[in-house]
Amino acid sequence: MLRDAWQSMVEALVTLGDVVRFLVRLLVQTPSAFLRFNLISQQIYNSGALSLVIIMLSGLFVGMVLGLQGYQLLQRFGSEEALGTAAAIGLVKELAPVVTALLFAGRAGTALASELGLMRATDQLAAMEMMAVDPIRRVVVPRFLGGVIAMPLLSAIFSVIGIYGAQLVGVQIMRVDAGSFWSQMRASVGLSDITEGIVKSCIFGVACSLIAVYEGYYATPTAEGVGLATTRTVVTSAVVILFLDYLITAAFL
Amino acid sequence: MRKTHTLNLGTGTFVLLGFAALFYLTTQTTSRGLSFSSPPHYDVTAKFDNVGDLKVGAPVSMSGVEIGRVVSIDFDSKEYKAVVVMRLNARYNQIPTDSDASIYTQGLLGGKFIGLTAGGAETYLKDKDHIDFTQSAFVLENLIGQVLANFTKSKADAETPAAPDAKPEKAK
Repeated sequence: MLRDAWQSMVEALVTLGDVVRFLVRLLVQTPSAFLRFNLISQQIYNSGALSLVIIMLSGLFVGMVLGLQGYQLLQRFGSEEALGTAAAIGLVKELAPVVTALLFAGRAGTALASELGLMRATDQLAAMEMMAVDPIRRVVVPRFLGGVIAMPLLSAIFSVIGIYGAQLVGVQIMRVDAGSFWSQMRASVGLSDITEGIVKSCIFGVACSLIAVYEGYYATPTAEGVGLATTRTVVTSAVVILFLDYLITAAFL
Repeated sequence: MRKTHTLNLGTGTFVLLGFAALFYLTTQTTSRGLSFSSPPHYDVTAKFDNVGDLKVGAPVSMSGVEIGRVVSIDFDSKEYKAVVVMRLNARYNQIPTDSDASIYTQGLLGGKFIGLTAGGAETYLKDKDHIDFTQSAFVLENLIGQVLANFTKSKADAETPAAPDAKPEKAK
């Protein structure tokens, strides 16, 4: 029993070290990857632009729910006007980065992992190595950077749509005064709140993309292995996002 | 060729949307506004006994109209007073020098702001001028304390109206 636990702990540490070394390898290749920006831009399209619809829809509904719930809660204290503040702070600092990252892991992370996994299973990566093309540089780094760039942008779009969703419910349906909704938001949302959101989404972008490409790149080259890599991408990403979210929030307080 | 064109278009649109959203968040949801270069302004200081929870960035208003913002709050350790620097828009340059500054609360639980009330002097406030007449923040706890003190005192008075010599004992 104890030996098993020890063994799995050592294995977890080994994996962590491997992931960090993989990240260093990616970062070393990053400057040269920007020389071939076409590859990155294609990945921004795959990870970012194609996730846009799900992000916008989710943002709208999350904002609308915030509007409803916030209104119900604030009404008890007779301060419905603070709805704008509550929705904006909640979205910008917390909900937008986290929900975007979770959706990103589900929509783009799985795509990355299964694509790389299948490349590994069909020996495409090995073929590149044979042709003296570094697969990390040609395939992995652009995908990683595409995700890293796309995440903060997606998160910002989520926030804006969410705030409009909250406004839609709060102002149009619940009849909160539009002027106080916006002015209270402007008065109490600081630039530091927005910075916190951006920092969070950047870190989540690195974490999600890293996990996805790592799992895909080192997938067992079988149909089952690719499936497993995809599943592990989502599970690990979700846990890591929520853990990092706590750490960053605590650091910003 | 056709394919890369649509691809670039999609990527460009996405990146543009993302940055537009970031721009919107930083300018429209915060009090920063679009003021990259601040409009012409002048600074005026005032000393308060107590500023309560007045914050840097709080509005300075006159007759309910915002004419400036608080840019710094400092403590003067010689006079034991809070020194508040207000940055007023240069458009409002005809504020009498004997105006008084008071700290008010927005709504019941809102933030604090400074309200200026015009005086009657013929000279107007200039940059680096000083407002002499100030009224401190209204601190709810102090008021409750005073009301309670008054209440107990009047109760004590009512109980012993004919024996004023008993008062000092009660006061203990």
